[in-house]
Amino acid sequence: MFAYCADPDTLSGFKWLSCYLTTGKHFGFYWSFLTVLTLLAVTAPAALALGFLGARAARSRHFALRGLGKTYIAIVRGVPDIVFFMFFVIALDQGFEWIRHQWLCPNWTEAIRQGNDFRVCPSAKLPLGNSPQWIHEVYGFFLAVITFAIVFGAFAANVLFGAMTAVPKAQLETAAAYGMSRKQTFWRILVPQMWVYAVPGLSNLWMILIKATPLLFLLGVEDIVYWARELGGSKQAKFTAYPHGDWRLWYFLVLLVFYLSFTKLSEWVLSRLMVRLRRGQATVGGSA
Amino acid sequence: MKKTLLAMVLLAVSGVTLAADDAVVRLGTEGAYPPWNFLNDAGEVDGFERELGDELCKRAGLTCEWVTNDWDSIIPNLVSGNYDVIMAGMSITAERDEVIDFTQNYSQPDPSSYMAMSADVDLADAVVAAQSNTIQAAFVAEQGWTLVEFATPEETIAAVKNGEADAVLADQSFVKPIADEDADLMLLEREELIGGGVGLGIRESDGELREKLDAAIASVKADGTLNELITKWEVGATF
Repeated sequence: MFAYCADPDTLSGFKWLSCYLTTGKHFGFYWSFLTVLTLLAVTAPAALALGFLGARAARSRHFALRGLGKTYIAIVRGVPDIVFFMFFVIALDQGFEWIRHQWLCPNWTEAIRQGNDFRVCPSAKLPLGNSPQWIHEVYGFFLAVITFAIVFGAFAANVLFGAMTAVPKAQLETAAAYGMSRKQTFWRILVPQMWVYAVPGLSNLWMILIKATPLLFLLGVEDIVYWARELGGSKQAKFTAYPHGDWRLWYFLVLLVFYLSFTKLSEWVLSRLMVRLRRGQATVGGSA
Repeated sequence: MKKTLLAMVLLAVSGVTLAADDAVVRLGTEGAYPPWNFLNDAGEVDGFERELGDELCKRAGLTCEWVTNDWDSIIPNLVSGNYDVIMAGMSITAERDEVIDFTQNYSQPDPSSYMAMSADVDLADAVVAAQSNTIQAAFVAEQGWTLVEFATPEETIAAVKNGEADAVLADQSFVKPIADEDADLMLLEREELIGGGVGLGIRESDGELREKLDAAIASVKADGTLNELITKWEVGATF
């Protein structure tokens, strides 16, 4: 990075550190913070939307829809995250490729499953075999968002389901007495009032989501924990210009600070949100 | 009309073959196992396998690209098609050969060494660390010794340094540079000859690619390029 970094062996103290912290590898580390934050920013609304749909389905009057919603919640909540991330993602990826294969290569005669191998025609591959590495990374990221959204969506659905049930019946009956249709009651009475019951549960999910990002590396996305481990691991002079011992403790301390300040910030925002939601609502904690 | 149709078909076919020629072969590696493969200061894959892999691709006329993947999921991701070749210091074993195919070996069987904090470790009584899903882990388990497994090579070394394990069993080429530079660590005299050399892992259905790379390995073996690289990176005996 800097001109004086050409020969790090001769440097010491701050100068050495400034070179060390600006290697290409460290920029990979800094970028991964952005990856994680982007993932959170995209996943949280997606999971919430999916949770909302799930909760609506689980409360539906139609038995098939209700069955679907309840099954989704029960299955996803019951399967360990790591299993989901190891197998579901590969299955999802293969599912996409299988659909594209049927669509793009109708004349393909070879079997797709050959023993353990999964082979679709080259033009059905996702991303295409010859696309640059960043497309592969974006695709991996996209798969990660879908998987996180499905997993956390199920938990959110359960929280929202409970929150919807917690809104006092009297409110809904009053709405009906005023002549509102079911749809109007849902959107004007139930949804605005359910958040105050949902936020504590959702905030838990948010906190867990923040800490779940190391699962990303299972999908080939290099997250902050991967880099901390890679950079902190001991390095021999043979293989690097910056040899050092086991520095993982320091890197993980940085992560600790990052995660703690991020959770602190989230807590602050969520408590403000809670105050705001309680305003004018008939709850124990709020002003009646 | 027929001629135009024929011309169009020919064009379409040639277009397809062109696209196939353009195909990029993706090489999957771990990126955490010097001197075989590791990330250099710039964050790129480097090491013995990087140099050898680039040379093999050149000779086979392939465009190659490197990707890193976790060791534990390196085989599942190959068979599901996320990359086309595993080049990650993977020893050829009968167990792995059931799931994937290997090219001929491009390194001699590298003896595995024990690295410990003191020379008088009684292995039968000791806790031995190894990376999971490796030939070394399988070997320690077979002996009936106490085995602790870790997902990355780095963690196996750290386990010895902080006393969680008494010794680590790994490829000599991996532990030797570490023992050389760290005064606390030493190699035990006992060595194990396990594994049948390292080869490229390829999907069983990818016969054509395997033949191409096999021929390229034969060619680097024949003209001594491979021996030069083996000596340069110190990954065991030459051919």
